[in-house]
Amino acid sequence: MNEALRDLYQEVIMDHSRKPRNFRIPEHTNRSAEGMNPLCGDHISVHLHLKEHHIDEIGFQGAGCAICTASASLMTETVRGLDEADVQILFDKFHDLVTGHSDPLEAAEQVGKLAVFAGVSEFPIRVKCATLAWHTLRAALAGREGAVSTE
Amino acid sequence: MAGAIRIRNRKVMHQVHGMNTSLPKVAPKPQYDLARVRQDFPILSSKVRDQPLVYLDNAATTQKPQSMLDAVARYYSAENSNVHRGVHYLSVLATQRYEDARKTVARFLGAAPQELVFVRGVTEAINMIAQSFVRPRVGPGDEILISEMEHHSNIVPWQMIREQTGATLRVAPVNDRGELRMDAFTELLSERTRIVSVVHISNVTGTVNPVAEITRLAHEVGAHVLLDGAQAAAHTPVNVKELGCDFYVFSGHKTYGPTGIGAIYAPFALWEEMPPYHGGGDMIRLVTFERTTYNEPPYKFEAGTPNIAGAIGLAAALEYVEALGTLQVMRYEDELTSYLLDGLRSLPGIRIIGEAEQRAGAVSFVLDSIHPHDVGTLLDQEGIAVRTGHHCAQPLMKRFGVPATTRASIGLYNTAEEIDRLLDGLTKVQEFFGHE
Ligand SMILES: Cc1ncc(COP(=O)(O)O)c(C=O)c1O
Repeated sequence: MNEALRDLYQEVIMDHSRKPRNFRIPEHTNRSAEGMNPLCGDHISVHLHLKEHHIDEIGFQGAGCAICTASASLMTETVRGLDEADVQILFDKFHDLVTGHSDPLEAAEQVGKLAVFAGVSEFPIRVKCATLAWHTLRAALAGREGAVSTE
Repeated sequence: MAGAIRIRNRKVMHQVHGMNTSLPKVAPKPQYDLARVRQDFPILSSKVRDQPLVYLDNAATTQKPQSMLDAVARYYSAENSNVHRGVHYLSVLATQRYEDARKTVARFLGAAPQELVFVRGVTEAINMIAQSFVRPRVGPGDEILISEMEHHSNIVPWQMIREQTGATLRVAPVNDRGELRMDAFTELLSERTRIVSVVHISNVTGTVNPVAEITRLAHEVGAHVLLDGAQAAAHTPVNVKELGCDFYVFSGHKTYGPTGIGAIYAPFALWEEMPPYHGGGDMIRLVTFERTTYNEPPYKFEAGTPNIAGAIGLAAALEYVEALGTLQVMRYEDELTSYLLDGLRSLPGIRIIGEAEQRAGAVSFVLDSIHPHDVGTLLDQEGIAVRTGHHCAQPLMKRFGVPATTRASIGLYNTAEEIDRLLDGLTKVQEFFGHE
């Protein structure tokens, strides 16, 4: 398997896809949303507890490809404790990273361990896999009802 | 049935699991010259990601032979004109080419030219039949019967009819092998059934439905029958008269022809009964502001300037298949399918979705704890094109309890070496994800 694939499926991503963190519905939640990617059948839900604009609990459920699952897992680890505005900033940076709109080295500093998703930019068709959890999180924060879709 | 084309010996060899490893694997060879055939399809010699392309996504769309491309180019460069409306030389020539194409496509299905209407493809075909033929005939209490293995294009148009008319939509289930449960199907058939619309060959599981029997049973209760031949035409001989169906539909782009063209067969009498779908030019005889008299079928159903180049290309594609022999193509694809199935079964941690006894060359599978999407990306890096996803058959995915599958689907030009490359690719995928 080639370089691009090794970049896409970094160790950390493989690890999180096999053993997703926060793969549960937290006991106390006040926001949740469902997201799906109709093209490939990925389907996840994000559940969180928002306290004074801060995410103090978050988990997810569902089934998706390795990129989608790892992204959801790493997202839940990263956003716990952040306030809503910071989540939005982080999402924008993450989005730039996976769509190849930022310098990977610079981005790495800004998004921390989410930098492992830089390889996604070589696979435009997989961007939606990497961002599904994030779109779902934003829908949950916005209190939008119904499922979000990548299409 | 004694008809010469009723060759339904699609039984896959070496059905028994685990036996295949001890069997010597003989690479299947067609009756036709495969090397020549592959040269006829320019795209097949291209490289993808520095490797020779292995194209195994034929159920989505097939590649195109040079003779088809030439026919389209010839039309546009030397014969282009509008049809049915000019007295000048080119218009007469274009009309003749277009009507010759109709003859060829009709012959391919065993039909008469006036029984064949050109449309954009299966999706438009089913919508047209639903709206023009079925909608005026159904109301509350009437039933439409489809199967659990239908493509969305054979589900959604009927849900629209249900909304519009109050008719009931019934769904005949499939068994664990992905075969239509004929007991349940027969049970669901009744005098209330107005139309039965089922797929001839499933695009997900490759299941070949017993369409002649389905048609006979449906006719016994007075229902009309629509067969979705998207995956059957050009893969298996089709004779609509022997099948006895009321509508047979297929898409040109899946039969080695262009996109945007397809055809509907129906007996002439049905076409005559049916009101037009689209109104406009060509489909009329006389127009005044008070009243319009329609042209006769098939023109009544081809409003506006048709896809002339598409029809010509489709005819050229079908002629290509006919020259190889549709029966030879089917036999070879069947053997290649067996070869593929044998290979897949020898992989650890694989589940084949659909193990119908009568089957064709669309083969779906899932690998243990590796998502199809990841499989697709890794195979793509090897230059191998397969389809991953729900294949526009979400209810069938649900039936088998999977969100998606990987599907390899065979065309007349595929080789045993390509199947080997797919199998090697899958082994690499399993190694990569640490499941060897
Ligand atoms: C069984 C079946 N029916 C219908 C269709 C729809 O065909 P088209 O997209 O050409 O209208 C397809 C193609 O995906 C198919 O495989």
